Amino acid sequence: MSTLVFLEHHDGELQKDSLGVLGKATQLGGKVSALIAGSGVEALAQQAGRFGAGKVYIADDPALEAPLPQPRVDVAADLVRRQGFETVLFAATVLTADVAAALSARLDAGLNWDLVDLVQEDGKLVGKRPALDDTVYVDVGWKNEPKLALIRTGTFEPVETGGEAEVEKVDVQLEDFSTRATMIEQAHEESEGPSIEDADVIVAGGRGLGGPDNFALVEELAKALGGAVAATRAVVDAGWYPYAAQVGQTGKTVSPRLYIAVGISGAIQHKVGMQASNVVVAINKDPNAPIFEYADLGVVGDLHEIVPKLTELVRQRKAA
Amino acid sequence: MKIAVCAKVVPEQARRIDPETKRLDRSGEPTLNPFDANAVEEALRLKGDDADAEVVLVSLGPERSLDALRKALAMGADRVVLVSDDAAAGSDLVASSYALARALEREQSELVLFGQQANDSDGAVMWAAVADRLRRPLISQVAELTVSSGAVRGKRQTEFGYDVIEAPLPAVVAVSDAINEPRYPSLKGIMGAKKKPQETVSLGDLGVEAERAGEGGSRTEVYAIGDPPPRGETQRIEDDGSGAEKIVEFLLERKVI
Repeated sequence: MSTLVFLEHHDGELQKDSLGVLGKATQLGGKVSALIAGSGVEALAQQAGRFGAGKVYIADDPALEAPLPQPRVDVAADLVRRQGFETVLFAATVLTADVAAALSARLDAGLNWDLVDLVQEDGKLVGKRPALDDTVYVDVGWKNEPKLALIRTGTFEPVETGGEAEVEKVDVQLEDFSTRATMIEQAHEESEGPSIEDADVIVAGGRGLGGPDNFALVEELAKALGGAVAATRAVVDAGWYPYAAQVGQTGKTVSPRLYIAVGISGAIQHKVGMQASNVVVAINKDPNAPIFEYADLGVVGDLHEIVPKLTELVRQRKAA
Repeated sequence: MKIAVCAKVVPEQARRIDPETKRLDRSGEPTLNPFDANAVEEALRLKGDDADAEVVLVSLGPERSLDALRKALAMGADRVVLVSDDAAAGSDLVASSYALARALEREQSELVLFGQQANDSDGAVMWAAVADRLRRPLISQVAELTVSSGAVRGKRQTEFGYDVIEAPLPAVVAVSDAINEPRYPSLKGIMGAKKKPQETVSLGDLGVEAERAGEGGSRTEVYAIGDPPPRGETQRIEDDGSGAEKIVEFLLERKVI
């Protein structure tokens, strides 16, 4: 078996989830290679070697500076065609989902997404994919090669093998349409105050709050519990709360002792950011909200009634 | 400007995979994928009062999808093109993106819009495959969109913060559900929707070869469906006024406060 793992990087570091997928690829066996595409990224090759890549292909070009998908599709398609990899793996992110999907069309190759495991069964690669809000697990496969897969955020931990990779630079030839989209601005928001990643107790608010002013309810409860405030992507994008407080796929990954979800429906993108929490309590008026599938205690009801009462009860207990 | 919105009709409350066909049970009431309503809303916003602008819905699905697609017409879209063919059943990303791209080529719109994901398959991949087939620039996960002087500009959130990306038209854009609040169709809109053009085309009409459609044209397969790994007990209670007390009891019991 020969596997190519697409490695994403940011600020001169290979991403942890990418390295985790690399580790999984080495466990599955066979020849494991990695592709790093960017500008000035040669130095990252050795890091990939230490985490299991036998060979690292470097696509280094100013046109690959911005983290945009289409030029990366050209590079990956060229490489896969030349080397004939049987499997191409991606740790799912905003960037790699687009790269993998376009590669699927370009190479007429099957793509399975949101996988939480990969196993060899009877000599066949099988992907495990949770579906319908994670209420069923589906065994998925591929009818041809290369087999493309996107692995869910936070699935595999990197494994340091201490290996050394053979490095090869690849030619970068881009399609005319691939460079039409250009990055105008990148804003990396830094968090202010204590990070939610270190918080012991988190109270998180979602769209069910109804408006930015109601975040006060969440803040009061968090204060009473001595915890931090978090928010979902929907409310951050709507401008109700700062990005630094966002939990989920494109936000922070948290693992507090207690996570209270207020008015959060609980999409998978949110779940991957908080599933390591020890105890999860959810308050939501919609009894069908997916969050109830993974909350230790789910309370169906009006958060505007429940949360202020809960805050008061916690305060009384602390004062006693 | 002509805007094509790719829309999917999904079963309301999709809760079951058919063990026989290993496909999603689509017997539930068909409804417009809620994430696609954001794309429709954005198209209508961009169209504004421009009488020359047109918003056309392009969809892939069974004939009875038309009822659900009419919701977008009631919101204000101008017409629907539904690619409907028994031979398309069971299409995966490779097969669906091919048929969809052929339908979009026929429309030649300046802008193709997608919603953030399909709420049945949780797929968030179609736009990139379609953009590649159309050989057009792509901006995905867009939470703020502007179109001016022949270019589209999108602001989007990634794992590291915010990107602002620009591309010349024609382009493909996928919007996030944070971009807007889709309008409710007005009574007048609902009444008028039935009279708007609703065209059904077959794969043959689009020149999609039989071997590139349906299961035969697909490159992925489903082997088995099973239960998720066991997880801890989940308790659920209805708030009868004592919800807050019950939460405190639970937190004390679990020793987290």
